[in-house]
Amino acid sequence: MGRLFAVVVTAIALVSVTLFALHTWWLPPDISTHGGRIDSQLNETMIVAGILFVAAQLALGVFVWRFGERGGTRATWPVRIFPGGATPMVVIATVLVGIEILVLTLVGSKVWASVYQSPPPPGALQIDVLAEQFAFYFRYAGADGKFGVIHPEKMSDADQNFFGLDPATDTTARDDIVVATLVVPANQPVALRLHAKDVNHSFYVREARIQQDFVPGMVIPLHFTATTPGRYELVCTQLCGLGHYNMRAYVEVKSPAEFGQWLKAQQPAF
Amino acid sequence: MFSVDHKVIGRQYLDLALVAVFTGMVLSWLMRFHLGWPDTPIPGLGKIAPGGAAGGVMTPEYYLALMTMHGTIMVFFVLTTAPFAGFGNFLLPIQVGAEDMAFPRINMMSFWVTLVAFLVLVAAFFVGDQPPLSGWTAYAPLSAVGKDAGPGQGWGQTLWAISIGIFCIAQLLGSLNFIATTLDLRTRGMSLARMPMATWAWFITAVIALVAFAVLMPACILLILDRVAGTSFFIPGGLVISDQLQPHTGGSPLLWQHLFWFFGHPEVYVAILPGFGIVSQILPVFARKPLLGPKVFIACLAAIAFLSYTVWGHHMFLSGMNPFSATLFSVPTLVITIPAAIVTLLWIGTIYGARLRFTSASLFALGFVSVFVSGGISGFFLAQPSTDIYLHGTYFVVAHFHFVMGVAAMFGIFAGTYFWFPKMFGRMMSETLGKWHFWLTFIGVYCIFMPMHYLGLAGNVRRYSAFTDDYLQPLIPLHRFITIAALVTGAAQLIFLYNLIRSRLRGPQAPDNPWEATTLEWSTSSPPPHDNFGGRRPVVTQGPNEYAVAGPGGRDYIMQAESR
Amino acid sequence: MTTALAPPPPAPPAVPVATGLGRPASSRVAETGVWIGIGAISMTFAALTSALVVRASDAPDWHHLHLPALLYINTLVLLGSSLTLETGRRHPGRAPLALSLTTILGGLFVMGQVIAWRQLMTQEIGGPSSAFFYVLTALHAAHVLGGMSGLVYVRHRMRAGVVSFVPYNAASLYWHFMAVLWLYLLTLLTLRG
Repeated sequence: MGRLFAVVVTAIALVSVTLFALHTWWLPPDISTHGGRIDSQLNETMIVAGILFVAAQLALGVFVWRFGERGGTRATWPVRIFPGGATPMVVIATVLVGIEILVLTLVGSKVWASVYQSPPPPGALQIDVLAEQFAFYFRYAGADGKFGVIHPEKMSDADQNFFGLDPATDTTARDDIVVATLVVPANQPVALRLHAKDVNHSFYVREARIQQDFVPGMVIPLHFTATTPGRYELVCTQLCGLGHYNMRAYVEVKSPAEFGQWLKAQQPAF
Repeated sequence: MFSVDHKVIGRQYLDLALVAVFTGMVLSWLMRFHLGWPDTPIPGLGKIAPGGAAGGVMTPEYYLALMTMHGTIMVFFVLTTAPFAGFGNFLLPIQVGAEDMAFPRINMMSFWVTLVAFLVLVAAFFVGDQPPLSGWTAYAPLSAVGKDAGPGQGWGQTLWAISIGIFCIAQLLGSLNFIATTLDLRTRGMSLARMPMATWAWFITAVIALVAFAVLMPACILLILDRVAGTSFFIPGGLVISDQLQPHTGGSPLLWQHLFWFFGHPEVYVAILPGFGIVSQILPVFARKPLLGPKVFIACLAAIAFLSYTVWGHHMFLSGMNPFSATLFSVPTLVITIPAAIVTLLWIGTIYGARLRFTSASLFALGFVSVFVSGGISGFFLAQPSTDIYLHGTYFVVAHFHFVMGVAAMFGIFAGTYFWFPKMFGRMMSETLGKWHFWLTFIGVYCIFMPMHYLGLAGNVRRYSAFTDDYLQPLIPLHRFITIAALVTGAAQLIFLYNLIRSRLRGPQAPDNPWEATTLEWSTSSPPPHDNFGGRRPVVTQGPNEYAVAGPGGRDYIMQAESR
Repeated sequence: MTTALAPPPPAPPAVPVATGLGRPASSRVAETGVWIGIGAISMTFAALTSALVVRASDAPDWHHLHLPALLYINTLVLLGSSLTLETGRRHPGRAPLALSLTTILGGLFVMGQVIAWRQLMTQEIGGPSSAFFYVLTALHAAHVLGGMSGLVYVRHRMRAGVVSFVPYNAASLYWHFMAVLWLYLLTLLTLRG
């Protein structure tokens, strides 16, 4: 029974790790300027975690193989205490895991800070994002470079006034462009402001390595720079009601020239 | 039935958990089947739930309702009631040599209040317009604004909050008893240093639970008031739902998340620490040698208990909380892996040089070590805000917490059941069936949950009722593999159920100490008499770890109350 | 409740003794239970306090409450009830009377609180600060009612002839905590409510 256990544990560990290592299922290629650092942080964690995982499972398997009774007869060999007792265990765990924590925290917190704790670079393109059950809408400031003020009481899906604008009195609102696909220029920083209209939602673009919740009552900033033109899926990752699984939109990354043409072709909302 | 005997109450808790766990498992079967074959009707489901699954194909809201019930039932009514309230109730008083809990009537109330909470939760599923679908975390404002937010936000969600509030009261009463009993009712000679590892784990778990449920309870009250009394604790102003401006102002959705996770993360340890104790008590029995570093083990439990209150923010890295505090929360989250790693090494070190006996109990204890390692290590990825950016909200998280608090805790429950069943019912369980159960379950859980890491790495988001579109389509084959594994592994649990029922009725008579163990429960008859020790109180002369010693009568162990 | 609870010295079977301040060994478990309960209740109110502080910060809809003057009279009633209970503990002969008196004063306190709620309802039109006021005071009053049932139970046991100060001491501990908790809540509501 002990040998069987050892074989099964070893097989589980090796098969699991092989499928990780072969990248049979893996992250899609990164299309952002910051994503490379997240990926390398992930890879580094993967290697260390993989080693610890295999080492622990193998140690378990080897000891069970070596020190297990066989064939239902009572073992008679002398019982031995682990050399040094508990002390080496405490030292090994503290040192190994401690070093790993230190490295991961020092490196990883820089990666985190570069995305979430730094202001967007100057000259970033400002875009407002509104999440509602179960759609995303995106707003560009239009020719005047100013966003119209949001009035929740004017929000209406029926009137297509998703952002609750008041073009009658608010001149800055009149040229605002509202679309259902997030179009961004490649290699230019984009600064988003996330608004939630009803409940919590989340902004997740796998390829851009970016994820952030929308919280009602808060305007949450988020910035990133896409590098590779293409069409990517934006999905909601915060449970928001029955249509949650269907709450998606697309992010289109265009070359700066194409982006300029696209923006020019858009009609203001009003 | 309304017994104040802690043994009866413990068995009642375990019976409740058994009903709950099979309910939760069937819910997960339905969900898994739908994820693998979204358009294939499930036979019979259309008849049971004509509203949610007409013709046997479930609606998105019905899927979310099943998911919510699965999570709530499993976390509260299985992972809290079985390893902590169930086993703890039956065994803690015996292990410290007491006749009963400190407050037997409060103890009885704690079970019946738990049962009421369970019935209210079941009612939430059937009463009213739609079952609740906000998940077991019930994030506000979705859970707070009421009907306008869509199906499942009516009476069902209110009953959900009431059920959890009631459950908190029950667990507070239970924890109070555990702590008082451990502190004051230990028998002669049972110093703290001589307490068995499982007792230590239940005691520390009770301290964690006391603080955690004391916070969740008022949070539930505030949530209920937001729903029924028009207050705005968690609902901000300016919300527009279904084109209706909501009559709320100024509330904070993050406040709910903070209160919930201040409870929610310690709750993970409420589920898993009893497993730590059970494994640390079972492994030495079947290794025939003392646990390596029992004092280190207890220190690690205490460290985990303390740290568990400092890490809740790691659930909220991307919640809109101040990003600076994400870094702050990530440090204790990573640090808590140190005591967890030490404990794991102590178990592996205990096996070194052993004369390991293979029983269903010891196999599940060994399996516990394996799955706990698997679940713990994936925590490295989620504890770092930078990698959490990508993995948060994906199946990687689902894989992580199912391994570490679901599967590992279940393995602890299985190990405990095979180990203490003879004591509880005076009959032995079938070892052959137990071993079949172990092998199918052990391989099965890896087939279910390891691939979920791959899904998460591929960016497969969680809480979706269908993956039929776009980038998720290529992952369907992996989902089908998981579904088949889940169905098979679930079916293997029927072996366990059959073994339980058959052994309870017809198992061979159990001796007082079938495993040659040292702790006090093995010094009394199987099952123990009403006052546990038949009028006498045991006098403890030894620690719980006296294995591989020259005991009386040529035995290789000395019992804690040997003088009997 | 169980008897013969002591760990180390093999205590003689508990013949209940009335020694006023003297505490037989078995008093420990009742008092331990109350202390643990105090811990849990403190945690609950700490959670509500932090919720209040978070909710009040930076909220445009937060209006400072004008607490009804009746609350201060209620405070005196509750503090008085603590005094009567303590008197009974010092003078065992007057213990049953003290218990009854304290229970009545506790009932007066709760009734006073209910009247204060009604006064607040007429002058205030909802708002988060009054919502917190209702939650905090109602939860406190519920705990006071729990304490009153404890006092009634102790009184009942005394009538049955068991003159033991074990439950009396435990109940006093809980009752005094209720007074301390109320003083804290009153301060919190005055300063931040």
